[in-house]
Amino acid sequence: MSKGRFGIHGGQYMPETLMNAVIELEEAYNHYKEDAEFNAELQDLLNNYAGRPSRLYYAAHMTEDLGGAKIYLKREDLNHTGAHKINNVLGQVLLAKKMGKTRVIAETGAGQHGVATATAAALMGMECEVFMGKEDTERQALNVYRMRLLGAKVHPVTSGTATLKDAVSETMREWTSRVADTHYVIGSTMGPHPFPTIVRDFQAVISKEMKEQCLKAEGKLPDAVLACVGGGSNAIGSFYHFIEDESVRLIGCEAAGRGVNTAQTAATIATGREGIFHGMKSYFCQDEFGQIAPVYSISAGLDYPGIGPEHAMLYDNGRAEYVPVTDDESVEAFEYLSRIEGIIPAIESAHAVAHAMKIAPKMEKNQIIIITISGRGDKDCAAIARYRGEDIHE
Amino acid sequence: MNKIKSAFENGKAFIPFITCGDPDLETTEKLVYAMEEAGANLIELGIPFSDPTAEGPVIQDANVRALTGGVTTDKIFEMVEKIRVHTQIPMVFMTYANVVFSYGSERFIKRASELGMDGIILPDLPYEEKAEFDPICKKYDMALISLIAPTSQERISMIAKDANGFVYCVSSLGVTGERSGITTDIGSMVEKVKQAKDIPCAIGFGISTPEQAKNMAKYADGVIVGSAIVKICAQYGKECVKYVKEYVKSMKEAIQ
Repeated sequence: MSKGRFGIHGGQYMPETLMNAVIELEEAYNHYKEDAEFNAELQDLLNNYAGRPSRLYYAAHMTEDLGGAKIYLKREDLNHTGAHKINNVLGQVLLAKKMGKTRVIAETGAGQHGVATATAAALMGMECEVFMGKEDTERQALNVYRMRLLGAKVHPVTSGTATLKDAVSETMREWTSRVADTHYVIGSTMGPHPFPTIVRDFQAVISKEMKEQCLKAEGKLPDAVLACVGGGSNAIGSFYHFIEDESVRLIGCEAAGRGVNTAQTAATIATGREGIFHGMKSYFCQDEFGQIAPVYSISAGLDYPGIGPEHAMLYDNGRAEYVPVTDDESVEAFEYLSRIEGIIPAIESAHAVAHAMKIAPKMEKNQIIIITISGRGDKDCAAIARYRGEDIHE
Repeated sequence: MNKIKSAFENGKAFIPFITCGDPDLETTEKLVYAMEEAGANLIELGIPFSDPTAEGPVIQDANVRALTGGVTTDKIFEMVEKIRVHTQIPMVFMTYANVVFSYGSERFIKRASELGMDGIILPDLPYEEKAEFDPICKKYDMALISLIAPTSQERISMIAKDANGFVYCVSSLGVTGERSGITTDIGSMVEKVKQAKDIPCAIGFGISTPEQAKNMAKYADGVIVGSAIVKICAQYGKECVKYVKEYVKSMKEAIQ
């Protein structure tokens, strides 16, 4: 087996042109992750620039309303740039800078990772180009403007289904054409080794804080941790430090779109099978001949036909559960959390809120659920209004 | 007996690439015969993939046309069966790892070998991952073609030592597609391969004109051309056969 395996998943299925780049990245990462100066610099950025640690908020109204488990929200939406994406991006862009790279490129779905990358590039004086499916540039026009404002160049991607998977493919193509001075800041825990490990390590700060905060507030570990899963970066970040605590249920909430029995879904664990794509072996939505399926979700950030290799392993060994959540359920949860707690979650995060609404009432009052609110929902307001039949535009 | 070796036995080899099912499989079959008549020595048959990450826009579009037309791996196997009644020209598949893996790697490679295919090129399968496919390829006498790139540097020797059939030398950074100039020091790439193993080297990516082909042929044993041919298929559709034939003839003459 090659490097970077999670059970049978992972690996490095990449064009030869990029192999030396990923090897160089792995060596640099292995060096800097043990480097005190690098870690101090990153910690300073996380605390003083991104605003960490993020709050663990007790959702009293939601808890009372659902009448079961105590519900806490891990507020990644309060980070600078409004999502968990900044955790990974600050780490990767700082690493790229240490490696002597002067230019970063990134894919983005909802635009959160693109905005975070453009932000870190502006901060650290790097050139930045972001690839975004054309359909997503229309769904998330405000984020396109934010990236441009931050000095990044945004390329609308028209190939394939013009969504996140095509943005990833196009960024990989761009990387093969200019690799010497360029680092590809992958936004999720996916792609070829060492990316799934690097992204997980930079996002693991979520569960590290969560564990300390929960122990402090409740004197015990949570009973369940819920996070939405596309590629799976906020979920792996939320799960990682609890993997060893077997009493903690880890629940990834996939985007079922219009339902797992329809073709308009992005629920990889529910509908996909083992495959090789975008540099990794994992589960993918695909047809019988291995053609990648054109997936669908209301959420541009979860609209991806695969799942990160570490999640695939956690599913195989039963340590984590993965459940599908539909557009309808997520939109209801989006509206519910806004009204009951005054917190507008990203439509991605609303998938996890929706599943919590299903399981919390069936749990005991002394049990604890933590939901990761991976991002804020301002970016989604126009799209949700349109979903509800209101014709508003940004 | 694997036929790839014979492609390099009579001077410089010309290796055209076409996407199966673009515009349809009947035309693909005719193209194989026409290209052989025009002097092609080995043919790369592309099995379309939904998300071809190593391809530029020309071949991406061909994949979309072929898949939209309903081409599948099984239909391509049936076409190869028909082709092998008429010609024994060396042929290799070019596709992506998932097309093989999802079919069942052994099932795919066994079937391809039985139908008379000689090898397979998987651009998203680097040296580090080949152990998963290579033993199966060896078992069925299919050459798993290794690629080297301008960034490969010290990796070339390691890759070449373990290569089969021929070594695919990627001429330039980036994806497939025509280029006005190729600046890589191809000569030294090929030299590193030859130092490690006596195996034919063919250069691909970015070659479209007879002048470029002639120049590249100086450094290697063969020249691979894809996008320029696929562009002709896109332009003329089912009428493309005679135009492709003329083009292949001009390219083969240029490298003689």
